[in-house]
Amino acid sequence: MENSSIIDIELWRLISAYLFVLLLIFIFKVRGIARQKMLVMAAFRMTLQLVIAGYVLTYLFELSNPYLTLGVIFIMEGFAIYTIYKQAGTRLSVSLKKTIAISMITGTVFCLIFFNFVVIHFEPWYDPRYFIPIAGMIIGNSMTGITLSVKVLLNSFTSQRDMIEGALMLGAEPKAAVKPYVNHAFDSAVMPTINNMLGMGIIFLPGMMTGQILSGVSPLLAIEYQIVILLGILGSVGLSVIIFILLAYKNFFNQDAQFSPEGKS
Amino acid sequence: MTTDLLFTIRELRVNNILNVNHLDIKKDKVTCITGESGAGKSTLMKTLNKMITPDSGEIFYKGTPLKEIDSVQHRRKVIMLSQVPLIFPGTIKDNLIMGYKLNGMKPGDDEILKQAIHNMQMTKELHEDAGTLSGGEKQRLALARILLLEADVYLLDEPTSALDEDTEMMVLDHFIREIKKKHASLLMITHSNKVNEQFAEERIYLSRS
Repeated sequence: MENSSIIDIELWRLISAYLFVLLLIFIFKVRGIARQKMLVMAAFRMTLQLVIAGYVLTYLFELSNPYLTLGVIFIMEGFAIYTIYKQAGTRLSVSLKKTIAISMITGTVFCLIFFNFVVIHFEPWYDPRYFIPIAGMIIGNSMTGITLSVKVLLNSFTSQRDMIEGALMLGAEPKAAVKPYVNHAFDSAVMPTINNMLGMGIIFLPGMMTGQILSGVSPLLAIEYQIVILLGILGSVGLSVIIFILLAYKNFFNQDAQFSPEGKS
Repeated sequence: MTTDLLFTIRELRVNNILNVNHLDIKKDKVTCITGESGAGKSTLMKTLNKMITPDSGEIFYKGTPLKEIDSVQHRRKVIMLSQVPLIFPGTIKDNLIMGYKLNGMKPGDDEILKQAIHNMQMTKELHEDAGTLSGGEKQRLALARILLLEADVYLLDEPTSALDEDTEMMVLDHFIREIKKKHASLLMITHSNKVNEQFAEERIYLSRS
């Protein structure tokens, strides 16, 4: 590390932080809330996953190999898509799953390329120190955005079936019949990002910025990164969600322009 | 295939609900459909509007097989009104305009819209919120909305079930006079004997198969 201002946490001090977990276990016990098991599991997994991530990242940074960097991005995308499938429930048809994968990959890859080559512009282009954390943020936020839009879309297609079919009976194009619900799904997916921007810097300092400041980076440099990261997230969420919903609504209509809230199988 | 018939239905089977071997529906007539609940009246109407594709059998619209006609283009000419009146969030005017838009037409001006509402025995103004209307008013708004469109056929599924008898008669009387002027045809599902007696020129009775 070129910057030596950061304090290395001694092992016993690090372990002392787990007292907070004990505190929570105590509260759960006293209040009779059956959450201890889950909390212990969460604390254990968090520790294990971060330790592994720390070693893997150290290894990747030292090797700095373009194929390895791309491999990591590939795994991230796969994991994100899998998480969306799991989060959205069991009702996803095969064609909808395909749509999710396509929109997730196109939206994030496009934003990632623009971000890495135009906005930050680092050398070499595959430098894992930049590439991997940025990809993580972009892919993670797009994942949350698409998950939200899938949920909202499926919910309103089920609850508003009469409205959609009523519009079709009047001669509406499928696109026009579902437009309000498709727009609502897009809006719900990008709202958290916009809200986040509104509170930024006043209500909270995001994790990345906190991390940078703790490791001795000047707050002015930290906000530069924070601003471009937030804009990148906004673009990536917006792009992947709009690709998703523009492709997705077609899955709910057959060739006779008949609507089915379960989608084509 | 003779073309003085509006719909020609042969050996129609839908989902074990509906089973029609032979049915002709005439052009430019008011046809009332009655029958027990569960007999498939709404299902029949939806197949005519191409909202349901039959499992087997043929339907011809003015001599052309329905499956050869584009669904959206067909529905723009053969408009259907379902049992639940379709009310969009917004004002009465928004709702009337939505009809034009979904049907692919240019909206009429306020005078025409106002007249359409008053013809349906409604005393409401265009800027009033459609969401607060009563069930009967919503049905009349839905009827007013489709009457503004240039359809050839109107398929109505119990369009006036929430109205009192006097209003029902006045509303339907106006509706039928208007579609006669347009040389359009009307198919209507009804449970009212009075409506059936007074307005039907042709009658279809569906029994449970």
